[in-house]
Amino acid sequence: MYRHWLEFEKPVEEIEKKIEELKTFEATGNLKSTDEIAKLEKKAKTLLKEIYGKLSPVQITQVARHPDRPYTLDYINGAFEDFIELHGDRCFKDDAAIVGGLARLEGEACVVLGQQKGRNTKEKVHRNFGMPHPEGYRKALRLFEMADRFSLPVFTFIDTPGAYPGIGAEERGQSEAIATNLLVMSRLKVPTIATIIGEGGSGGALAIGVADRVMMMEFSTYSVISPEGCAAILWKDGAKADLAAKALKIDAAELIKLGIVDKAVKEPIGGAHRDPQTAIKNLKAALVAQLKELSAIDPGTLVEARYGKFRAMGFYSEPKR
Amino acid sequence: MIWFKKDIFTNGEAAEGKSVKVPFGLWVKCDHCGEIIYKKEVERNLDVCPKCDYHFRISARSRINITFDEGTFIEFDANIEPVDALDFKDLKKYKDRLKSSQKESGLRDAMITGEGEIGGQKAFAAVFEFSFMGGSMGSVVGEKITRAIERAIEAKCAMIIFSSSGGARMQESILSLMQMAKTSAALAKLREAGLPYISVLTDPTMGGVSASFAMLGDVIIAEPRALIGFAGPRVIAETIRQKLPEGFQRAEYLLEHGMVDMIVERKLMKETLSRLLSMLVRPR
Repeated sequence: MYRHWLEFEKPVEEIEKKIEELKTFEATGNLKSTDEIAKLEKKAKTLLKEIYGKLSPVQITQVARHPDRPYTLDYINGAFEDFIELHGDRCFKDDAAIVGGLARLEGEACVVLGQQKGRNTKEKVHRNFGMPHPEGYRKALRLFEMADRFSLPVFTFIDTPGAYPGIGAEERGQSEAIATNLLVMSRLKVPTIATIIGEGGSGGALAIGVADRVMMMEFSTYSVISPEGCAAILWKDGAKADLAAKALKIDAAELIKLGIVDKAVKEPIGGAHRDPQTAIKNLKAALVAQLKELSAIDPGTLVEARYGKFRAMGFYSEPKR
Repeated sequence: MIWFKKDIFTNGEAAEGKSVKVPFGLWVKCDHCGEIIYKKEVERNLDVCPKCDYHFRISARSRINITFDEGTFIEFDANIEPVDALDFKDLKKYKDRLKSSQKESGLRDAMITGEGEIGGQKAFAAVFEFSFMGGSMGSVVGEKITRAIERAIEAKCAMIIFSSSGGARMQESILSLMQMAKTSAALAKLREAGLPYISVLTDPTMGGVSASFAMLGDVIIAEPRALIGFAGPRVIAETIRQKLPEGFQRAEYLLEHGMVDMIVERKLMKETLSRLLSMLVRPR
């Protein structure tokens, strides 16, 4: 059924293979084994639920990067209507690693955008593995400003290993492009909702993530650095990614506790990649609910509340002298 | 300040047969041209190599001393301290890293903020201390910068940030990432208030610091040869598997690509800031 089994899913894979075998056997007209199949299917489901109920941080990272996971365009096409893609940053080029445009959510016009990964090799290269260049962030900026001018709510979908580290990206101002988005997003006079749907990779993720509400799909991650990168630097050993993932606190539950993320959106049993339709449905319901809340707030209050939200992030002590 | 970690002059091999032994720490070797220079001469020259004009990294205190008019600098929030909210431990505990950095630097974190006068022009400032965990930005750095910006808005005054940082502080994980949003949002308010912000990029200005307030200046000044960029040169070289161009991510390279307004030598920095402030601050 699934081509991409993760290491920790192996016990389920074995059962599912057995089910397949039995089904094939049945199809040849031999022995009926309906009861056996039903039993195994139930067992697989229970096992899947059990495994996904206690994923370690590094395993969540693997789910967040799963190649069958719904991507930004899947969510946009599945949860929104009438998507009109808009292209280009008007400065240099159209960056395929960020897609965006106009759409409707239950009839209401809005701006949607997010990092887009590719499914096959050709598409992956075209999308640059979801790693935007400055022009991608400047396309996003253009859409943010457009949303502001036409009073359209903004929905962003975060799914990137990080902003691309390359010569051209540096020459054209990767830092400046990200920084400007942080500044501009903080002052938008329209409701903004960001959702991390897969990988939330550092500044490249935050560059479209300074929003009134920040949500995370249940098995997505958000981090200042990848567990592998962190392990290579702090543990001097990239293979210590499991330790780094744990130390970094990158999953939705931890980030909600830290006050960084507002809400986790439930994924179907066994992750969004097993049942994208349910994941999309769940996210849509959450987006509609959040927008309803935010739409009731006047723009001035909205901007001040957003400032206060990010202003409060961080921990320090201030002993009196 | 001791420039030499190794006592190379008492080591016959390294001193290449020279019989004269020089006491520990009186001489420094230029990181750029390799020239051995009398330390006092370098200090007199604002920690710039007199032979090749290489700008050594300087402490936050030295930066304040050479920038602000004598006796005008008033420090803010010196009592804010870092906490280990995530209970972070890699090969060392974050708590221990903090302790040893605090002991070495005499500072509580990698940031000094305050207000003072530069050539008679009033300005609020945030200055990085690179020697404190590579000038990395955690909650304290973000909070102090944000408070300084908010104070500047209240006082209707200009803001200057002197960056020298490797980027976000990994030991504070996502909290350090969020300092980028927090500081940039404060600068957005400063901008709305019509107040100028000058960003001074010194060696190095990388990662999350570069990708937030450092690149948001109304005017962006870089010191000669400062390394400035989003991703580190090693990460880029590993990603693209190519040799990086000569001078890549250096101040001069950024000037050529339109990313900074000017490169200003340390000895002209104070005068330049003062002239800019006098033109940008609106008379009220």
